[in-house]
Amino acid sequence: MLFVSFALNAFDVLTTHKNPMEALLHQILSGLSAGGIYASLALALVMIYQSTHHINFAQGEMAMFSTYLAWTFIDAGFPYWAAFVLTLAISFVAGVVIERIVIRPVEHAPVLSVVIVFIALLVILNSIAGWIYSYTIKSFPTPFTGDFLPRNPYMSPHEMGTIGVTFVVLILLYAFFRFTPLGLAMRAAAQNPVSSRLAGIRVGWMLALGWGLAATIGAVAGMMIAPVVYLDPNMMSGVLLYAFAAALLGGIDNPFGAVLGGFIVGVAENLLGAYVIGTELKLTVALVLIVAVLLFKPSGFFGRVIVTRV
Amino acid sequence: MSVGTGLSTRRLLAVALVVIALAIVPFFLSDYRTFQFTQAIIYAIVLLGLNILTGYNGQISLGHGAFYAIGAYTAAILMDRFGVPYWATLPVAGVVCFVFGFLFGLPALRLQGHYLALATFALAVATPQLLKYKRLEEWTGGVQGIVIMKPDPPFGLPLSQDRWLYLFTLVVAVALFVIAWNILRGRTGRALIALRDNPIAAEAMGVNGALYKSTAFGVSALYTGIGGALGAIAVQFVAPDSFAVFLSISFVVGIVVGGLATLSGAIYGALFIQFVPNFADQISKAAPWAIYGGVLLVFIYAMPGGVAWMLRSVSAKLLGR
Repeated sequence: MLFVSFALNAFDVLTTHKNPMEALLHQILSGLSAGGIYASLALALVMIYQSTHHINFAQGEMAMFSTYLAWTFIDAGFPYWAAFVLTLAISFVAGVVIERIVIRPVEHAPVLSVVIVFIALLVILNSIAGWIYSYTIKSFPTPFTGDFLPRNPYMSPHEMGTIGVTFVVLILLYAFFRFTPLGLAMRAAAQNPVSSRLAGIRVGWMLALGWGLAATIGAVAGMMIAPVVYLDPNMMSGVLLYAFAAALLGGIDNPFGAVLGGFIVGVAENLLGAYVIGTELKLTVALVLIVAVLLFKPSGFFGRVIVTRV
Repeated sequence: MSVGTGLSTRRLLAVALVVIALAIVPFFLSDYRTFQFTQAIIYAIVLLGLNILTGYNGQISLGHGAFYAIGAYTAAILMDRFGVPYWATLPVAGVVCFVFGFLFGLPALRLQGHYLALATFALAVATPQLLKYKRLEEWTGGVQGIVIMKPDPPFGLPLSQDRWLYLFTLVVAVALFVIAWNILRGRTGRALIALRDNPIAAEAMGVNGALYKSTAFGVSALYTGIGGALGAIAVQFVAPDSFAVFLSISFVVGIVVGGLATLSGAIYGALFIQFVPNFADQISKAAPWAIYGGVLLVFIYAMPGGVAWMLRSVSAKLLGR
């Protein structure tokens, strides 16, 4: 039921590229493209983790649902980019609503309750998608055709487009958090909720806004990955696992670390898949990576080491 | 909490009556219904195991489907490849799963709360793919899985296969429940609960946290593995895709609905995850999961103690205590 196969790309190359160096270059570049998607989703996870210390298990399903929304609009005849923008807007609102209604009541509950609420959310979104759209696999269009991007033997237009979109998202987010008062307020609310509240920041709403942003970023990741893994209600579980690994590797409370982790994980996944273990154990690689990071460097490369006062 | 120090004569009598009733039930049911109840008892064993870990010891596992799969495959391979009788596969499956659980529990010691949930979630997601792995195909049968035979009743007893398996499963379950009750009501149970509620204070009182937590993981996996072995025998078939992440999630649903940190909760939870999807399936393939999700939210918000605690408070009110 879980298909994360960039395997298709890998196959193409190994057969079309006679030169092993070219094949290697292709593997690295297409790894960067997948890595961009992991980076986006990891960033969405970090957003929520930073402010509430919750790991959002439903992040993948939220992205999946957004992608189905986009599919609905495109199917109804909207142009791709109109559907794209509309989906982002709806995802943002949905993210805010989910935080307000579902997550708010357990904000200070024990970890077990929080995890179960996330699992409930995952299951509900998955089943509603299956209910509305059925479990049959659908194809999803890519806006990046070879027309306006330079053709080259190393990357498909969609892979190039994905990397481009990832960078646009990252730059926009950086600018938002660095240069706008609202971004500053959100960072303050995440770092020190009590003082922020005293300074007049509405911390509760900042959390909801964070959820909205995370849902939006997830939607972008979903729409970028869907042409590769195809659209079905379980499409994100493998991607989410890699995003977890990416976020942990970079340090789950550090956005830059998470992005870097995403690219590293994407490239490593592709190289391992092509040269070492084959594509059939990709999820196990993610599992091993997650457990290894948690064991040997739980704070990741750039995360803050947590010190507990007894 | 829920673990008393002993049983009053009245409670003992009540439990004995329930067990006898359960033993008689299949003779009034069709073979198919009997099979469903067998499956429910199997789930009860699994939920009991998960509850020891998550309910009593506070370690969140979203990956118990993996141990269920290991138990099921152990039983299937032993029966299929080595002609081992079905009853002899249970202790082997239990031991194998104990070792796996203990080993997974050792690194898990360093993980708490969300991180443990994350690691076990990854385990659950990766399980089907591992079972399909080509190098293991010779043993696991790959995507095809393994077909096994349903056991005949021994000594020429005049029972159908399904009824016999039901009674066999019931005996195993009763034994496992008695063992769990004995583990949890004494020193060990108190240590597990103390580690859940305040690990630092518990360690300061001399509880060996590392040992208790990894052993709890092992015992929990052992219960789940025996459940998995029984499940394989009952269904007569194992295949990778029946052990997807949603199996693990349904176990979590079971302990939340039944009641965390209660023994009886395992039974209510098992009845829930066995029979609710059956009814809901008639509406839509997606309906059981929508209901699961909704029920999870309702229980966490409104009845965090689950059915067990609800029944307890109702009976306390009725009896005026």
